[in-house]
Amino acid sequence: MTNVPNLAAIAARVRARVIEMSHDAETPHLGSSLSCIDLLVATYWGPLRIDPKNPLDPNRDRFILSKGHAATALYVTLAERGFFDRALLDTYDTDGGALPEHPGLQCVPGVEAATGSLGHGLPIALGMALAARIQRRPSRQFVLMSDGECEEGSVWEAAMFAPAQKLDSVVVMVDYNKWQATGRSDEIMALAPLAEKWRAFGWDSCEVDGHDLAAVLAAISREPDGSGRPRVIVAHTVKGKGVSFMEDDNNWHYRIPTADEVRKARIELGQPEVRA
Amino acid sequence: MRNAFAAAITDLAAADDRIVLLSGDIGNRLFDKYRDRCPDRFYNCGVAEANMTGMAAGLALSGLRPFTYTITPFATTRVIEQIRVDICYHDVPVVIVGTGSGLSYASLGPTHHSCEDVGILRCFPNLTVLCPADSAEVGPAIEAALRLPGPAYIRLGKKGEPTIHDAPPTFEVGKGIVMRDGSDVCLLGMGTMTSVALAAADELASRGLSSRVVSMHTVKPLDQALLADAFGRFRAVVVVEEHSVIGGLGSAVAEWLARRDGAHPPLVACGTPDAFISESGSQQWMREQCGLTGPAVAATILARLGTAT
Repeated sequence: MTNVPNLAAIAARVRARVIEMSHDAETPHLGSSLSCIDLLVATYWGPLRIDPKNPLDPNRDRFILSKGHAATALYVTLAERGFFDRALLDTYDTDGGALPEHPGLQCVPGVEAATGSLGHGLPIALGMALAARIQRRPSRQFVLMSDGECEEGSVWEAAMFAPAQKLDSVVVMVDYNKWQATGRSDEIMALAPLAEKWRAFGWDSCEVDGHDLAAVLAAISREPDGSGRPRVIVAHTVKGKGVSFMEDDNNWHYRIPTADEVRKARIELGQPEVRA
Repeated sequence: MRNAFAAAITDLAAADDRIVLLSGDIGNRLFDKYRDRCPDRFYNCGVAEANMTGMAAGLALSGLRPFTYTITPFATTRVIEQIRVDICYHDVPVVIVGTGSGLSYASLGPTHHSCEDVGILRCFPNLTVLCPADSAEVGPAIEAALRLPGPAYIRLGKKGEPTIHDAPPTFEVGKGIVMRDGSDVCLLGMGTMTSVALAAADELASRGLSSRVVSMHTVKPLDQALLADAFGRFRAVVVVEEHSVIGGLGSAVAEWLARRDGAHPPLVACGTPDAFISESGSQQWMREQCGLTGPAVAATILARLGTAT
């Protein structure tokens, strides 16, 4: 299941659906969703120990999308992974629907935390890691953050706490797409050198190409090295990844794709079929 | 009160392996017994309250019953967003404990005062707000919070507060404890100000007025039956709180009252002013400045009733 061609095909399907949802619901953050889809797919079809048929198993691994504005990427990933019926995706952002623009706790099975305000996912995950230790459960905690999110002070409070308690069940992925809402993330704040920052805080820090599925899988699947250090993968990504006219163009933080753009994007992604 | 908290949480944690205590680098030696008995369920989270509060939510999402503990402004207003999103929006049973509330840390200055916490926190859905009156109410308040399915905030004083109960009282969330009954004036004390309300009642008695005094330990949800009774038969209802007159128990009662039809006796709100108290001074001195002593509260009530002082 985790062979890379399969994952690439899944990621292309997820991207195509995410683009449609942005168009249908007229919701922003498309570029931010597209940049992290390979990380999501690698995690959900890779090391994350979860059973969509038993989504509240206390021994499960936890995944927290701390960059909650990429909610469509999470929703489509969960639907593809079998947590709920794909048809529910059609209700995204509709009046009275279960799928808001930022995910709510268990708004659908598989959503482990309510996110949307940045800098909250990692502390929650550390609490889950402490709980697993206290309860002697094998759970691991995977957190997907944005690069702009690393500007929040709470991230660095958590970054100092986790190594002190040797919480090596925690795996953080930073979707380093080099953009935040209104500008370059390395210019607005002194974010770089990001991997070194995490290393200096006591983390087992590495950098990967966040769109190289094999490399991402290897990085997030590696067992803890015994030092007690939690792991962070600084994933170099491209905002709007997968669609030529969206890649690295920050207008797609807010822009809504037209019907024609959706068609073009689907063709580029090798997903040309028209929806039923 | 903090010693009462430490004793109660130690016994409760020894008996309930879901309890986890998170401290924000305070309580030097205060939790030694807890740590001896439950070493795997105590974490000093450092000077990093946002992370502490978020972690508490993560612990609760995993089925545990975490408590966060530090000086009130740092347990509450510093981390309002974590309380709102991580705890209240998730609706998880975290107990937030603030120690040294109101003007308990008077001499440390306004950075360490907390006269806004209740006003802000009671806005949040799902959160129960508890203000025990003395050390005897602390243990029962914690036990009551542990019986709740959702989150709670417990507002404590510091130490050496007057004890108003001879024994731990029956403590029911949302139900005020009548400390003394009377027929002219009803005084509602919030937390440690209940002892001041009792002192005010003594003053009023010397002026021929008989007072009911209530430990109104639950600010949210309000004891509506008690309020309806009080506004139905007393000449005045008085709130006494070591909290701003904006947002605290007095405001909560006023909001409740404003939604009711009909005439009612006056609501007298005794609290701290809409100002930071930047001069140095003791808690007693600051209470005197704010009119929050027994004689001052009594004088305010008498003036409001039109009785010469």
